[in-house]
Amino acid sequence: MELNKLTLIESFEGLRDKKFSSLEITKDCFKQIKKFDDKVKAYITLNEDGALVKAKEVDKKIKSGESISPLAGIPVIVKDLFCTAGLKTTGASKILENYIPPFDATAVAKLKNEDAVILGKVNCDEFAMGGSTENSGFFPTHNPWDLERVPGGSSGGSAAALSADMGIYALGTDTGGSIREPASFCGTSGIKVSYGRVSRYGVLAMTSSLDTIGTFGKTVEDIAVILKYMAGRDEKDSTTLDVPVDNYSEEIKKDIKGLKVGLPKEYFVDGMDESVRDAVLGAAKKLEEMGAEVIDINLPHTDLAVAAYYIICPCEVSSNMARFDGIKYGFSQRDKNKDLLDIYLDSRANGFGAEVKRRIMIGTYALSAGYYDAYYKKAMQIRTLVRQDFDEAFKDVDVILTPVAPTPAYKLGEKIGDPLKMYLEDVFTIPASLAGICGLVVPAGLANNLPVGIQLLGKRFDEKTVLRAGHQYQLVTDWHKQRPKL
Amino acid sequence: MKLSIQEVEHIAELARLRLTEAEKEKYSEQLSNILGYFEKLQSVDTSDVEPTSQVTGLTNIMREDAVIESGISDELVACSPEHSEGYVKIPKIFENK
Repeated sequence: MELNKLTLIESFEGLRDKKFSSLEITKDCFKQIKKFDDKVKAYITLNEDGALVKAKEVDKKIKSGESISPLAGIPVIVKDLFCTAGLKTTGASKILENYIPPFDATAVAKLKNEDAVILGKVNCDEFAMGGSTENSGFFPTHNPWDLERVPGGSSGGSAAALSADMGIYALGTDTGGSIREPASFCGTSGIKVSYGRVSRYGVLAMTSSLDTIGTFGKTVEDIAVILKYMAGRDEKDSTTLDVPVDNYSEEIKKDIKGLKVGLPKEYFVDGMDESVRDAVLGAAKKLEEMGAEVIDINLPHTDLAVAAYYIICPCEVSSNMARFDGIKYGFSQRDKNKDLLDIYLDSRANGFGAEVKRRIMIGTYALSAGYYDAYYKKAMQIRTLVRQDFDEAFKDVDVILTPVAPTPAYKLGEKIGDPLKMYLEDVFTIPASLAGICGLVVPAGLANNLPVGIQLLGKRFDEKTVLRAGHQYQLVTDWHKQRPKL
Repeated sequence: MKLSIQEVEHIAELARLRLTEAEKEKYSEQLSNILGYFEKLQSVDTSDVEPTSQVTGLTNIMREDAVIESGISDELVACSPEHSEGYVKIPKIFENK
């Protein structure tokens, strides 16, 4: 049996009932990585020695009859944006190519606290800037369903590694769609939490007012287990709120009879792939059969969200990237005869990739003297309108059902030359980011052997309801059980 | 709107980025396209709309002003490219007189 193919809950039950050991699951994951990762190219750094030591430690605990956490001994894939103490953390950027942080991100520390086994660090767009993982400073990741296609991004390594069974679940981040789009492209489930639900401490910052930390799972049931451990207030991140964390695993068991599902007409645009439309409308029909009530709704400012986002994001990027100066940590271009300014200029010129520089430039321009009102302030006002759209809609519905991306996974190289075209891929994921609400993606179709996901958006801090709808949907469908043929 | 090479150079200087001539050309065109796309926001009247800078509703989260040992200060300094005796080293920024 290939234990790497198990879900989190199956792994936990097997460990608890002593059917197999953590060492066996962990070894099977590395076997799979060694077999296929030269094609998929998801991993930047493997943590093989550390993972095997941890697995043996957990096995000893189980043998001695200690009660274990549902995450104990189970191998997790970590996006290379999360700081991991003693384990290289690059953000897929050359400027951090050899950076080994001396501390853990809170999300990582929380999982370690439950005895999770960290397999390694996976690829993403540099500092999470991009939607295809082609912007990695090292190499692009390939979609396990079709190696000529992108896995989506920025958390493309997480989604690709998980769908190729190179781990049991995965951590990712989502600022404008970076968990949801790759989940859809790779056929996994994935949640973007409400802003402030999970601590961002120790995760390389991109757009601080929008960045969220989330997780990918083979099932929604798995995500419900993981999120319970990740969510909650953290003193080290003052944007986390002291709102009680729901018992997601219990909440998702409730049926969805009478659940009100909104279908926004603005999310069905020209140029959208037929397979995407079919997946969403098919899911709407399914939810109706399950007792939900599908209601047409309006989110009138949807069309403005992308433009507002691509002002807010680069502005905050330009400020967050200022910390990379070749002085405190990371790559530094030094030369005896050069002064401090040269170190800044050369380290940044040679350390950052094209998309990072592009966003720093846009942000610096938009924030420079005389332009603040026309760009950043305007974008923040549009953000208010987008947020109010959702507030209005959620007076009538419990969740909102939408597509994730206009098409299934596209080919490597297809859009990378045209930044604006790439930005427009985020049209269905960005509005929820601006509003700070939560969103779950679940697989809901296959088009020419490529997965297509649907997005279920929920109110702020109402993760339990989107998880419930997603889990109930997975109880009566098989899309999430499809795997790529490697 | 079209961003001139001079404007690109000015922004790069503000952003502390050294750009090659080829990059200047490329960014002048790409940034102009992207800024052009932003124009669509100007068609919306937002004069009465409050800006949203964040969505938490939180303000001024305070904690006790007390010293807490990180326990990793040596390791943090050791992350810097050049350091000595617990200090980060940078080139001289003042001339000796």
